[in-house]
Amino acid sequence: MSTTIPAQLPVDKTTERQLARGERAIERSLTKGTKNRLTSRGATIAALVIAILWTTPTLGLFVTSFRLPEEISRNGWWTIFANPGFTFSNYTEVLASGNSQLTLGGAFLNSIAITLPATLFPLVIASLAAYAFAWIDFKGRNWLFIGVFALQIVPLQMALVPLLSLFSRGLKIGSLTLFDGMDAGGYSQVWIAHTIFALPLAIFLLHNFVSEIPGELIEAARVDGAGHGQIFFRIVLPLTMPAIASFAIFQFLWVWNDLLVALVFADGDVAPMTKLLAEISGSRGQDWNLLTAGAFISILVPLIVFFSLQRFFVRGLLAGSTKG
Amino acid sequence: MSQFLTWIATLPPLAQIPLVLAAFGVVVALLIFFLEIAPRSGRKFTIARLAVCIVAPGLIFLALGSIWPAAIAAVILGGLFFILDYRSRQGAGYLFQLFGFLAPAIVLLAIGLVYPTIQTMVQAFMNSRGNRFVGLDNFAWVFTQETGIRTVLNTIVWVLIVPTLSTIFGLAYAVFIDKSRGEKFFKILVFMPMAISFVGASIIWRFVYTARPADQDQIGLLNQIVVWLGGQPVDFLAVSPWNTLFLIVVLIWVQTGFAMVVLSAAIKGVPAEQMEAAQLDGTNAWQRFINVTVPGIRSSLVVVLTTISIASLKVFDIVRTMTAGANDTSVIANEMYTQFKGFEFGRSSALAVVLFLLVLPIVIYNARQISKQRTIR
Repeated sequence: MSTTIPAQLPVDKTTERQLARGERAIERSLTKGTKNRLTSRGATIAALVIAILWTTPTLGLFVTSFRLPEEISRNGWWTIFANPGFTFSNYTEVLASGNSQLTLGGAFLNSIAITLPATLFPLVIASLAAYAFAWIDFKGRNWLFIGVFALQIVPLQMALVPLLSLFSRGLKIGSLTLFDGMDAGGYSQVWIAHTIFALPLAIFLLHNFVSEIPGELIEAARVDGAGHGQIFFRIVLPLTMPAIASFAIFQFLWVWNDLLVALVFADGDVAPMTKLLAEISGSRGQDWNLLTAGAFISILVPLIVFFSLQRFFVRGLLAGSTKG
Repeated sequence: MSQFLTWIATLPPLAQIPLVLAAFGVVVALLIFFLEIAPRSGRKFTIARLAVCIVAPGLIFLALGSIWPAAIAAVILGGLFFILDYRSRQGAGYLFQLFGFLAPAIVLLAIGLVYPTIQTMVQAFMNSRGNRFVGLDNFAWVFTQETGIRTVLNTIVWVLIVPTLSTIFGLAYAVFIDKSRGEKFFKILVFMPMAISFVGASIIWRFVYTARPADQDQIGLLNQIVVWLGGQPVDFLAVSPWNTLFLIVVLIWVQTGFAMVVLSAAIKGVPAEQMEAAQLDGTNAWQRFINVTVPGIRSSLVVVLTTISIASLKVFDIVRTMTAGANDTSVIANEMYTQFKGFEFGRSSALAVVLFLLVLPIVIYNARQISKQRTIR
């Protein structure tokens, strides 16, 4: 349910090879410094039009967030040169506004506190499982793996409500309490929910990488007396780091941008920014000085992650379909 | 664990992160340590395994706050597991390792996805309080009253329009900028919306759509353009049925970047010889595109289309933030949340099941497409 989803569907071998080849071509052209002209003049113009159409809305938001509130409500942001003015007050004001329990500044901290653990937990648990699926032989391995894979297609919506009641009421068989609810409050529910929902895709993607490690390497380590623990920690983890990194970026953006899970599992003063922003957008929908500044704060972190780690990001996106 | 989490929740948010991560790290380190020593033979290691088999389940159940009998039962099961493992054909410690690697993920998936999914399917046939079987009433409710039909129709409109247009725009853009100077920069411009949350995107676009009375200056870009062209300002998000289309624009804006990146990689993967051969045959750019490029990237197109279809079926954030489903813009995922908030758990579950059933054929189509291609080649 987020903006960022890798291609989650299995692809046949030919496509896989083709995408991998294309990806290599991209990387080659990046390192070589690129060559020739646009295909034709018409194509150039069309590309420019699309590029402008796609960036203008964000630009408008960015410009508006620095304009004086009275100017914002009086004229459009494209008249900035005719009606100059610059202020940070929108930002200071929106960070202090919110609802009775929480300000947007607090929600920003909540977003960080939710996102970091919710990125790390599923990665660790999934890489353990991926290792077992790839390198420990057991009966029914394929069936279990297909089962985990199939869980990807279950929409989040199917799991939300029962999981919530599991958290609040625990699990009872008849009158026998198997375990109590955990009304711990705080972030624990969001952490666990995000971890669970990320697992099927994480296991599937990481398995692709873990299983491609040369068998001789694992065998050599085993001969040298390493157990599964050491092999996992010393060989598999370092070798799959690129894959783990690109999935980590996805999971980070996913959790940071998520609204649905936050609406259900993060109530009151632990709500992340997306939830509070959606609320402000509903209750103060015409205060554009606040909304633009708030929205820009919320997209700032993903944009930083995106721009600094862009290569991993693109590679991760293709990783759903290519194994490389 | 409950106490630990409750205690942690009282700390300031940023202090919680290192603590939780450290606690998690300790648990994982312990797990890996025991997995490492598990297969070693010798009395010391056997005793360590036995201790873990008995202590770990007990601790887990106590940490979850369950009653004593359950914890004791878990301890006994742990002991049985030890014996089973000890006598395992692959050597003592084999099952222990297997279990240690897989159990965290499998247990979480079982209680967090499998059990809830089954529960939701059952709930869909129950009344709002979940204590009486009502048959297909909830589904009948979805498909008979007017807003329900509207919701389902809107979702279908989303699924038809978003994947098609995003893919067309993404493909066109990928072709236009292919091998051009500044290709990377052009890509970033269109790809950037992918990093923005739907909530952020919704606010960006609500600002574009915002309308002012005709006698004032417009502050929304789109209405300004309408006024420049001599029209009257329109409240784009209020006018049914066109408002759904204006919401759809937002998702297209986001998903085009995804389509563009994947298809661009696919285009670059089409063998250069084929293109050159076609060029020698005297074809023009359009013929080459239709006859060489498109067939060459066919399977990537299918992947992009299906992925975006699923994303548009599940669309929630955009509708929630921009209109909350008002003025006939609701979609299934949004309606599902609305019913859940209104404590209509039966209807909410029924909507979730409908969503699931709509996703299913897309996935099956994709899977079949792949197996078909496998048999051809």
